[in-house]
Amino acid sequence: MRHHHRLTPLLYLLPNLTGFAIFVLIPVAAAMALSFFRWDLFHPPKFVGLQNFSDLLGWRHDAEGALVFNDASFWKYLYNTLYLMLAIPITMFCSLVLAVLLNQKIPGRMFFRAVFYLPSICAGVGLLLLWKFLYNNDFGLINHLLAWVGITGPDWLNSYNWSKPALMIIMIWGGMGGTGMILYLAGLQGIPPELYEAAEMDGANVLHQFRHITIPMLAPTTFFIFITAVIGGFQGGFDMAYILTNGGPDGATTTISYYIYNHAFEYFNMGYAAALSLVLFALVLFVTILSWRFGRGATE
Amino acid sequence: MERKQNLFARAMTYPLLIVIGVSMVFPLVWMLSTSFQKPGADVMDLRSLLHGALEWRNYQRIWSGTNFARAVYNSALVTVCVTVAQLFTSSLAAYAFARLRFRGRNAIFMGYLSTMMVPDVVTMIPVFILLRAMGWIDTYWALILPAAFSAYGTFMLRQFFLSIPRELEEAAVIDGCTSWGIYWNVVLPLAKPAIAALGILVFMGSWRSFMWPLIVCQSQNMVTAPVALSQFQELHGVQWTLLMAGSVIMLIPMLAVFVLGQRFFVSGIQLGAVKG
Repeated sequence: MRHHHRLTPLLYLLPNLTGFAIFVLIPVAAAMALSFFRWDLFHPPKFVGLQNFSDLLGWRHDAEGALVFNDASFWKYLYNTLYLMLAIPITMFCSLVLAVLLNQKIPGRMFFRAVFYLPSICAGVGLLLLWKFLYNNDFGLINHLLAWVGITGPDWLNSYNWSKPALMIIMIWGGMGGTGMILYLAGLQGIPPELYEAAEMDGANVLHQFRHITIPMLAPTTFFIFITAVIGGFQGGFDMAYILTNGGPDGATTTISYYIYNHAFEYFNMGYAAALSLVLFALVLFVTILSWRFGRGATE
Repeated sequence: MERKQNLFARAMTYPLLIVIGVSMVFPLVWMLSTSFQKPGADVMDLRSLLHGALEWRNYQRIWSGTNFARAVYNSALVTVCVTVAQLFTSSLAAYAFARLRFRGRNAIFMGYLSTMMVPDVVTMIPVFILLRAMGWIDTYWALILPAAFSAYGTFMLRQFFLSIPRELEEAAVIDGCTSWGIYWNVVLPLAKPAIAALGILVFMGSWRSFMWPLIVCQSQNMVTAPVALSQFQELHGVQWTLLMAGSVIMLIPMLAVFVLGQRFFVSGIQLGAVKG
């Protein structure tokens, strides 16, 4: 094995490396180049320097001296994206609770684990259409159930204030029994039982044990789930908003990725969309680097 | 005192599990029951279902009255191609990274890993422009090629290959096996659980993928099943019974894969989460 031909490794790498160069590496470079141009695909591209970035991130003062963002939509959709990410800690807490419940040696735990995982398996457009139906103001199950207990439900998906919580409910429902729960279960099984036995001898109750053994011992798992979810969260929200709300009402559920989609494939502002996507990339990179910095301290 | 508290916690477990379990399953049951109702029926009125009057015609209508059957065929074809291609390219590269010695191996591998951070939307725009220049928009190429390579799959399989004892391969070397023989006859068979786990993940990801197919395939003959369902309302008006029937059809392959591959599933998720 030591004496394979010098070019042999290249043959193994070639299929992947070629595809990789064509569909990842070169496109990243192309996106960077594209962000300096204005191009609608149908006319020749026009070099505009950093114009796209200043249109996107810059601000100016109006006649009364008030601050005006060049692209107020961008900041609004960034806010929407961050708002929807509030579902992440809630989902993680639910995942942890489910994992703790399932970590007991009780009959039927495998059955319940499969049941909780069900929404993750079914995830996709079908499930989103189901939720659109459930939230429907005239035929939807949710407002029917609320009416039974005497509550007049909001018109979830058409309400500026309720559309974001509506989407967050879907995220929490779909995510709590998924990957996070599985990883937490694995983490719980890695905690030595002696720790709990010792704590019990010292008279610590269940909540104390949870607070002082379970949570610290799961810190690396929590950290991993959180970072992955945040990185995904910055890039997410398109499928859900496209199917359920079309990004509305009045842009209330448009996220960054949706905004990029609109610029690139609805308005054909290729250069501006590329600039937007690079700003998103920078955000993701920033979070990743932060997580390396703090991750070392938190988990080791 | 302690025992009492534990007893209380245990007593609370089942009610909690059942309440959460029902909230997970009930929406799916609702989807199923709606798909069997007469169009325009009062959705809250489940009596007809209880009497066994299932409306199979919803399934017939969406399957033969629309482009949905064709879309399901497109999805199946693309999903199978993407899964096979990704397993092949990823396992080859993973084998090189795990077992072959060559200059710059670690540097190239780190380069691979770092590209996992690149958001899909960054590459989407240039790749769209490239495919458009090739005249491949609205073809299977546009759906399959960009999805046929993955850094994640390479990373995950490399982790698994590293855990295979080298002695087995050394025996094969003594028997005169080439590196290809070792890859094909020794490493791949031993890595079956990891290959299966990755295969399941890729299959599900490809089957449900929405944004990219929406961008590159718009014509009625080329759409995938998720895109067809999303366009359904614009083309045929809002018909919840038909939409739910289509959604149920889409779930069947995913549930089948999950049931068949259940034992590989959990290990796959954990393998992917191992750092570095």
